[in-house]
Amino acid sequence: MSFINIFKSDARRRTTLFAGHVVPDSSRCVQCGICSYNCPIGIDVRAHAWRDEAINHSECLTCGECVARCPRGVLRFDRTDLFAKDAQ
Amino acid sequence: MRYAIIGTGAAGFASIEAIRSLDKSGEIFMLGDDPHGFYSRPGLAYFLTGELADKSLFPKTREDYARLNFTYQKARVTKINRAEKFLLLDGKTPLPYDKLLIATGASALPLTIPGANFQGVVKLDHLEDARGILSFAKRGKTAVVVGGGITALELTEGLLARGVKVHYLLRGDRYWSNVLDEHESRIVEARLQEEGVTLHFHSELTEVIGKGGKVGGVRLLNGKTIKCDILAYAIGIKPRAELAQDAELALDRGILVNEFLQTNDPDIYSAGDVAQVYDPITGRSVLDSLWSPARDQGRVAGLNMAGQRKSYIKSAPFNVTRLAGLTTTIIGAVGHGRDEDIVGIARGDSETWRQLPDAIVAQGGFDINRVRILVGEKILIGAVVMGDQTLSAPLQKIIAQKVDITSVRDKLLARDAKIADVIVDFWSKHAAVA
Repeated sequence: MSFINIFKSDARRRTTLFAGHVVPDSSRCVQCGICSYNCPIGIDVRAHAWRDEAINHSECLTCGECVARCPRGVLRFDRTDLFAKDAQ
Repeated sequence: MRYAIIGTGAAGFASIEAIRSLDKSGEIFMLGDDPHGFYSRPGLAYFLTGELADKSLFPKTREDYARLNFTYQKARVTKINRAEKFLLLDGKTPLPYDKLLIATGASALPLTIPGANFQGVVKLDHLEDARGILSFAKRGKTAVVVGGGITALELTEGLLARGVKVHYLLRGDRYWSNVLDEHESRIVEARLQEEGVTLHFHSELTEVIGKGGKVGGVRLLNGKTIKCDILAYAIGIKPRAELAQDAELALDRGILVNEFLQTNDPDIYSAGDVAQVYDPITGRSVLDSLWSPARDQGRVAGLNMAGQRKSYIKSAPFNVTRLAGLTTTIIGAVGHGRDEDIVGIARGDSETWRQLPDAIVAQGGFDINRVRILVGEKILIGAVVMGDQTLSAPLQKIIAQKVDITSVRDKLLARDAKIADVIVDFWSKHAAVA
């Protein structure tokens, strides 16, 4: 994956809806909890960020509320191919 | 085996997770005088602005605590007896330990001017401080904020969000001058002014004026007075090292530890804001007051305490913060010299940022999207990314991994270089090869 793709955020978001997840960068996270506080489904996004794991919750809508509200840019949409990676 | 952790912050909690990953049966005690235990102290800024509720500041559930199987005890540790290896809790109860971690953090440097004890003089260390500020903000109409760095701005923004009129005092001629460059300072200042903040440069407090022990205003060195109901200060922090000092552990400005986070007593470790950590790469011992290094240090200390020899490798210091609503990432060494507003180190700060970089500065972007990079001989030494954060992840990696940028160095330093494009192009090729 090349980083130039970061600019294609709309396309990325659409792809993410099907094949991706919200992904944290835990080194940026201070566990403030704005993400979990604003999740409409009540997913504990912050706990995923602590473990540096993608939000692989089956009910995640990838609505982007947590991505937009995070004051430190911890969260992003990304195509993760979690299962493909696990298989490697 | 019994482990005692003094402190309830990120370093302390991370140490417990690390100990438990290796030692399933040892006893672990977490001891702290903060009545609220482990919560997100950086999150207090967003509690002040109203972006989250106070109960949301607590990251861990009852199940998390149960899974880690440790005893949390609200207690003030009043003495460390190294010879007999026990702690004294609240001056009376002894608690023996085999391995000890001191992760007591740092606290705000106190204001020492006359009237500093008046009601309405506030700081932002704890949840109780934040609650106090909110209750003053309900009654107060005008606040004076003093200090540089991140916390002073968080106080400013929190008070603004609560409808308080804010005067912001700076001793120098610009905001956070030892980390930001002049252009970046001016961006932040302009945005504060747009929000209605009145900035006072070259201003130094001499006295809090008040009646009946309550803040009524402040007097400045130039004789000017400002009427206010709240005085909020964030002039720097001080490692809470008193216990270690009493126990005669090696200290400089913080508790001195080696790369294994071990003090000069092999059974006592230290991590987080209180620890001054030896960096084997630069040979210096530095203070960081950042969440992520605190967590990493706590983890490494915990592993060592539980018997796994592991070095703490300091990565390029890095912090993301919001300055006047503008997301800003600071990576590596970017600043220089002293800041008149901050004594020593501030919260959310790393001393490494201020090591004089032997570098040439390249800048790009305008107004609210801006990137500044510090270009060394072969590598990038530091960067400040304001606004659009697209570049911050690649820059963080390029700087942390000391990626050789010789092939694009001239392009980066060319007049009117499109730095963002050069970096993205370079990184996409580099990442494709790597």
